[in-house]
Amino acid sequence: MATTSENQAGSFRLGMLIYDTRYRSMTIQVVFMFLFMAGAVWLIDNTITNLSALGKDFNFGFLDVRAGYDINQRLIEYTNDSSHGRAWAVGLLNTLLLALFSCVTATVIGVIAGVLRLSKNWIISQLMNLYVEMFRNVPVLLWIVIIFAVLTEATPAPNAFRGENPTASMLFFDTVAITNRGVYVPGPLFTQSLGAINLGVISVSINFLLISAVVIGSIYANIRLRRHASAVQEATGDRPVTWWKSLLILFAPLIAVLAALGFHLDYPTLQGFNFQGGSYMRNSFTAMWLALSVYTGAFIAENVRAGILAISKGQTEAAFALGLRPNRTMNLVILPQALRVIIPPLISQYLNITKNTSLGIAVGYMDMRSTLGGITLNQTGRELECMLLLMVTYLTASLIISGAMNVYNNSVKLKER
Amino acid sequence: MANPSKNNIAYVRTTMLTEQAPPITAAGPVLWIRTNLFSGPFNTIATLVGLYCVYWLVGHIGPWFLYSVWNANSLAECREILNGVNAACFGVIKDRWHQLLFGFYPPEAYWRPTLAFVLMIVAMAPILFESVPRKVLWFSAIFPALAFWLLWGGTIWFSVVGMLGFGIGYAVYRALVKNMLLATIAAVLVPILFWLFLLGPISGALSEALPIGIRKIDSDEFGGFMISIIIGVTGIALSLPIGVLLALGRKSDLLLVKWICVGFIEFIRGVPLITLLFTASLLLNYFLPPGTNFDIVLRVVIMVTLFAAAYMAEVIRGGLAALPQGQYEAADALGLDYWKAHRLIIMPQALKISIPGIVNTFIGLFKDTTLVVFIGILDPIGLSNAIRADSNWNGIYWELFGFIALCFFIFCFSMSRYSQYLENKLKTDHR
Amino acid sequence: MKATLFVGTLAAAAAVAGMASAASHGASVLDQIKARGELNCGVSTGVNGFSAPDSAGEWQGFDVAVCRAVAAAVLGDPKKVKFVTTTGQTRFTALASGEIDMLARNTTWTFSRDVDLKFTFAGVNYYDGQGFMVNKALGVSSAKELDGATVCIQTGTTTELNLADYFKSNNMSYEPVPIETNAEAQQQYLAGACDVYTTDASGLAATRATFADPENHIVLPEIISKEPLGPLVAHGDDQWADIVRWTMNALVAAEEMGVTSANIEELSKGTNNPEMNRLLGTEGDLGAMFGLDAAWAKRAIMAGGNYGEIFATNIGESTPIGLARGLNSQWTQGGLMYAPPFR
Repeated sequence: MATTSENQAGSFRLGMLIYDTRYRSMTIQVVFMFLFMAGAVWLIDNTITNLSALGKDFNFGFLDVRAGYDINQRLIEYTNDSSHGRAWAVGLLNTLLLALFSCVTATVIGVIAGVLRLSKNWIISQLMNLYVEMFRNVPVLLWIVIIFAVLTEATPAPNAFRGENPTASMLFFDTVAITNRGVYVPGPLFTQSLGAINLGVISVSINFLLISAVVIGSIYANIRLRRHASAVQEATGDRPVTWWKSLLILFAPLIAVLAALGFHLDYPTLQGFNFQGGSYMRNSFTAMWLALSVYTGAFIAENVRAGILAISKGQTEAAFALGLRPNRTMNLVILPQALRVIIPPLISQYLNITKNTSLGIAVGYMDMRSTLGGITLNQTGRELECMLLLMVTYLTASLIISGAMNVYNNSVKLKER
Repeated sequence: MANPSKNNIAYVRTTMLTEQAPPITAAGPVLWIRTNLFSGPFNTIATLVGLYCVYWLVGHIGPWFLYSVWNANSLAECREILNGVNAACFGVIKDRWHQLLFGFYPPEAYWRPTLAFVLMIVAMAPILFESVPRKVLWFSAIFPALAFWLLWGGTIWFSVVGMLGFGIGYAVYRALVKNMLLATIAAVLVPILFWLFLLGPISGALSEALPIGIRKIDSDEFGGFMISIIIGVTGIALSLPIGVLLALGRKSDLLLVKWICVGFIEFIRGVPLITLLFTASLLLNYFLPPGTNFDIVLRVVIMVTLFAAAYMAEVIRGGLAALPQGQYEAADALGLDYWKAHRLIIMPQALKISIPGIVNTFIGLFKDTTLVVFIGILDPIGLSNAIRADSNWNGIYWELFGFIALCFFIFCFSMSRYSQYLENKLKTDHR
Repeated sequence: MKATLFVGTLAAAAAVAGMASAASHGASVLDQIKARGELNCGVSTGVNGFSAPDSAGEWQGFDVAVCRAVAAAVLGDPKKVKFVTTTGQTRFTALASGEIDMLARNTTWTFSRDVDLKFTFAGVNYYDGQGFMVNKALGVSSAKELDGATVCIQTGTTTELNLADYFKSNNMSYEPVPIETNAEAQQQYLAGACDVYTTDASGLAATRATFADPENHIVLPEIISKEPLGPLVAHGDDQWADIVRWTMNALVAAEEMGVTSANIEELSKGTNNPEMNRLLGTEGDLGAMFGLDAAWAKRAIMAGGNYGEIFATNIGESTPIGLARGLNSQWTQGGLMYAPPFR
């Protein structure tokens, strides 16, 4: 054949780019690349033309400009004199805070509901069924507004606490007030505060750092203690009594530090229009938190149920044969194995939570979408820059979360040799 | 010896006792209640708590439904009828029922979306249920053009000639089939050129020669559940082919293709849908040639399609991964090339396995269509805001959201039941 | 191959759209509207009295009436309007991108919107200012007493900035509760989740009018900002801006001259007032100067009446909203409504 002989001769024909499988993939990729680049150039060119036609430019200078609006929930210092860039950071932190809280509670709710859905108790399993189906089949946006409305309508306004015969009263010996603006709980105060370190962008309270360090240290020491106890148990068969040591290690240093700092609680009291003092969890946050938790919890419950059902019945029977009680069987035998099936879908649920925090605008929760992608975008008119920043930030957050969860997934994955 | 049974020994019973009913605690409902509800202290407590929950829910929501008012034209009238009783005012649903379903679609044309919806179910039947005759698939193929014509109206020739493009593409492919590469390229290019340059003139000429048409209705008159369904269904239908290509791209040996597909999928899955919708409403005009301006519904459909395609790609990738390696090897052994192998062997099986996932993606997408309210499209939630802006219904809340939630629930629940039914069916197939 | 197809499809889709609009691109907005046979008018998703759809799906309201008047002037039929609902966030982009021809949506005329965002305000159809509404039970009689209050604001508007400035300059603190829609804000306010609801005073009145117990709520006397609201168009087509501007002026002038939808037929047969004749097209040909026919203003006025009639039917004192004319009276009545001469 001609082709073969030519090949043997080492010559090269143009047609080989298409017909020879050795070169064809190269050709396809080059053509593909060319088309891709052409498409990208086309889009960018359009954008430049359109921007210049509108007399707009593309720069991020607006991030340094005074924002001029207030944000109610801020984890770092922010006033209306701060810049748009800082408003973005405030929003980002609010997004992450909400995502973190929701992930934790959604997991707890999901695992409990998933396990209970398989309960032998007919009423309980049917109730859980109702819960899962109700939440899975109605849009999360509706749940957010409904839960927000419930929180607004079902709780008393601060005004109801006022007067001679208030129609509402504070809970737990006048320390907690649940109002339709939010929940007020006692907050920590320190008489001998150590001040804060200013790190340029954010300032961190030294009190907070110190307490965190002590707590982490105590927990680490406790883990060491338990490991030691386990080692003793392995060696001798007797487990030394550790509970009082644990208690001591966990709480004594913390109490000592708190006493040294002059820790006391600041109770919320009704002053002027609102409760003042203490810590305050806004209803917009609570509504988002609850809605995302129960909504995603319903999905996680399904994953958990599927994970448990995937474990063969023999495992349960073996555990029973060993004399384990049902709840110990669940905790020690079934769930750890089911975890391997549960984690991959769990990752995508966590990502969903993070992305769904962007619905905060529906109840006025000032997340990143509401600050950078909402008010900032509106006041500066820089749609392109704001949306780009917004997307990049969400993407980064998503990638970090899925990356971290994948690392965890790999660590619990069945090691096959 | 006489028959022992004839013996009259006092302590031997000669007849069987009639069977006694089991003790009331060991059979029937009581046994069921005992084993299922009160089998232990923990279970008893759980049952009681559960019962209390049910009681509480019924006690609080029951009267609200029971005393609800259906015949009222405004909230004030409702309050008057209720006379201080705390109950629902479903008069708003009755008053705005058509608006919630069809938005501002002209009332005399309500039959069009209704018919389109019924036909959609017919068109989907052969895809969803195997027992439906395969011939109905032909109807499924022409349904998109038919639905377009029914919903937007105008001359029928636009849809007909548009569909003709696919026929032309196929004809070109058959004519050039000797040279696969050329045939494929031509089959893609020719219809596109046809749509670009001939569709308008031909359909224009035809509609002048033979004017068959119905009233043209613009998409700004669409709203309510109609728009949710349009966006959801079109998004899923269009995202399927793109999703297949992305999934194949992600599994491809061609590094460049693979990385671009991975990048696209991960990007779309990493950002919230709402940012993509904002892109559709705020930025898409920047990316397209100056002066381009098309309908916001179309822009939303494009973005939703891209969004769904990324999720679809992952679902289909799952389907591809679930296929035994032997199927690929068998296809290779038969000497089929890449496209033939995928078209004839891999994809039919992979898609079949993926249907439950596709349905689940659809449910998710359908629920997510509510987000279009943030870009000012009047979907059910958007309409609920508009309705509450009317003096007559200002202050109404639960009734509207309850109704919308119920509609979504019915739709999504039946879809998820279907997907479960399918999963069970597929499971038995494999065992 | 896979994504090529996708890029190709996208390109093709765009090309189709580009083709469709290629004919109209470059043409003036007026020609585009005439070719389309429809005016694309951006309105809000629902503000009682200003723009809201009724149960028949017809848009009604004060802002809507402006759209209808312009459509009547340009296309001869006040019904030939396509109402595009925009949110506080999407409105400017919709206008800048040409998706809508004009925006009639409670938009405040500010320097940066005019200059930086590149829009042309066609005038002011409602002089408004940001106010506060509180429950009488709070016993507040002045905005200066609002230190520490929780304030509901509609997000995406100038109100946020005004509010921040006001409280800052008065050395007071507040807790903002940003809300997306008016309906939502109202629910929060009525439930007591915020002490104060702040938005444009007209919006406050409109909202208050729909309460079950309007007598228990008061609008505080302080107006903390100037909010001249008016329709706007994109920079770049002065002829179109002129049409919108002078349609508005025609409505105002008609009220001043006493032309109403009731007597316009008779008056347009000719009067002895030359300016009225020029306005109604019986003398001279003002319309031709910006590409319309002579009777453009007559049609605009007939669409919903003159400025005073539009005000009275949609938000005036006889409606549930019950706004007084106040600043929006004719200049002859001590207000700010002042149409330049038709000459």
